[in-house]
Amino acid sequence: MKVLVAVKRVIDYNVKIRVKPDHSDVDLTNVKMAMNPFCEIAVEEAVRLKEKGVATEIVAVTIGPKAAQEQLRTALALGADRAIHVETDERVESLGAAKALAKLVEEEQPGLVILGKQAIDSDNNQTGQMLAALTGLPQGTFASAVNVEGDKVQVTREVDGGLQTVELTLPAIVTTDLRLNEPRYAKLPDIMKAKKKPLDVKSPADLGISVGSRVKLLKVEPPAERQGGVKVGSVDELVDKLKNEAKVIS
Amino acid sequence: MSILVLAEHHDGALAGATAHVVAAAQAIGGDIDVLVAGEGVGAVAEAAAKFDGVSKVRVADSAAYAHLLAEPTAALVAELAGDYSHVLAAASTTGKNVLPRVAALKDVAQISEIIAVESPDTFKRPIYAGNAIATVQSEDALKVITVRSTGFDAVAEGGSAAIEAVDFVADNAQSTFVKEELAQSDRPELGAAKVVISGGRGMGNGENFKLLDGIADKLGAAIGASRAAVDAGFVPNDMQVGQTGKIVAPELYIAVGISGAIQHLAGMKDSKVIVAINKDEEAPIFQVADYGLVADLFEALPELESKL
Repeated sequence: MKVLVAVKRVIDYNVKIRVKPDHSDVDLTNVKMAMNPFCEIAVEEAVRLKEKGVATEIVAVTIGPKAAQEQLRTALALGADRAIHVETDERVESLGAAKALAKLVEEEQPGLVILGKQAIDSDNNQTGQMLAALTGLPQGTFASAVNVEGDKVQVTREVDGGLQTVELTLPAIVTTDLRLNEPRYAKLPDIMKAKKKPLDVKSPADLGISVGSRVKLLKVEPPAERQGGVKVGSVDELVDKLKNEAKVIS
Repeated sequence: MSILVLAEHHDGALAGATAHVVAAAQAIGGDIDVLVAGEGVGAVAEAAAKFDGVSKVRVADSAAYAHLLAEPTAALVAELAGDYSHVLAAASTTGKNVLPRVAALKDVAQISEIIAVESPDTFKRPIYAGNAIATVQSEDALKVITVRSTGFDAVAEGGSAAIEAVDFVADNAQSTFVKEELAQSDRPELGAAKVVISGGRGMGNGENFKLLDGIADKLGAAIGASRAAVDAGFVPNDMQVGQTGKIVAPELYIAVGISGAIQHLAGMKDSKVIVAINKDEEAPIFQVADYGLVADLFEALPELESKL
């Protein structure tokens, strides 16, 4: 079974972000970029499926600027067999990304597509579900366990209040949650080998789609700062303040 | 304008989040219908009909919608969406599962987790784990939106909207429900609790989370955790408060042994009163806490429990 994995280039999760002074967007100049953490989990899951003999080939895909090829090389170093870059400098929204991925699903005919549940920049949590709608495939979102059995996959989902397990017919779309696995680090020899693995570049026009945005970004502001309060010296003082000053307990 | 709100429910009861979504619909303005989809959801529909400002409750009661699986539920919402300018749902795991699928079926964008309505087509939403707030404007005729409950006060009850049945039954041969393992708890739901007490990596292990139980019992609090505590395997992920977990805004939030990583703050900084208990006086959590207690939690927690 072929597995398609989508990855996104985002600001490194350790970097403290700054809003541009003109409030037009977040400032990404000279900021460290990396693979979205949920996408790392998606790549790891695909690699584990290959190690278990379930997946036969892993194709990593990204949609974005030229620099996003770094993240494809990372996926290749982690174990993907080949990569496809849909190159665009436009601001790609979830629907545009899903349209590009839907075309690639049509071309590649994977048995399973694995994506991160959300990217840590736009925090949308949409692309996997949209891809499932556009391809007419079932979806297992926020996965904490993925078990392929024959022509079906059981996905355990992290839902509010606990876990839900659903069974989907293959091909299917899965999006990853935090506890699905712990991604490995790429080893140096694998990073070297990844440079020689095939990486195909396409444009949205090659796929016959437009990734243009339908939502205008009018303004980006820093959040309201919360003021720190006081330090209390003892549990007694804390209880007294909560009862008599904040009046949140009785 | 006309707005369709997808109701959320569990075990035959309407979930609290829906009242907040109706409030967001009121902020947009226009006729508000609530869609209750599920199996055996008569009582849910009756509860939804009581919300102030709701014109009509539409009920799709069918085995096809049991557990609100994404495939049939999205097909249903997309089928009805033609009657509306906006479709709204809570930014819960149900809403987030279903609404992007609806949006793609209708070939429109989806706007996630709005916290404020500027105008019927312009909304505020957090990005970068709440470290920036974006104002976005939809150019689509149909706006498909998930609503962060903490951004809107719940609507009151007092209405009596008409209830009507929806006949559309979606086919679904692709997905089946297998099982659900919900955490059994007598405590309030994390997202709806008036008091939340959360433990972090400083708790040391999962066993020590029991130190929070007695305090939670006395305060009627829900128990949460930081991502660090979840990643360390102390407690399950459904207890996680933060950008990658639950977003809470209780009257009182008590953070115990939590350093205050940005991703955790994004999930609780809208709480009315924040208390931090941490032995590291440099911990960033103290910068947002109304009351900070620099102390060893293993001494402070039993003392706090005895004095409440």
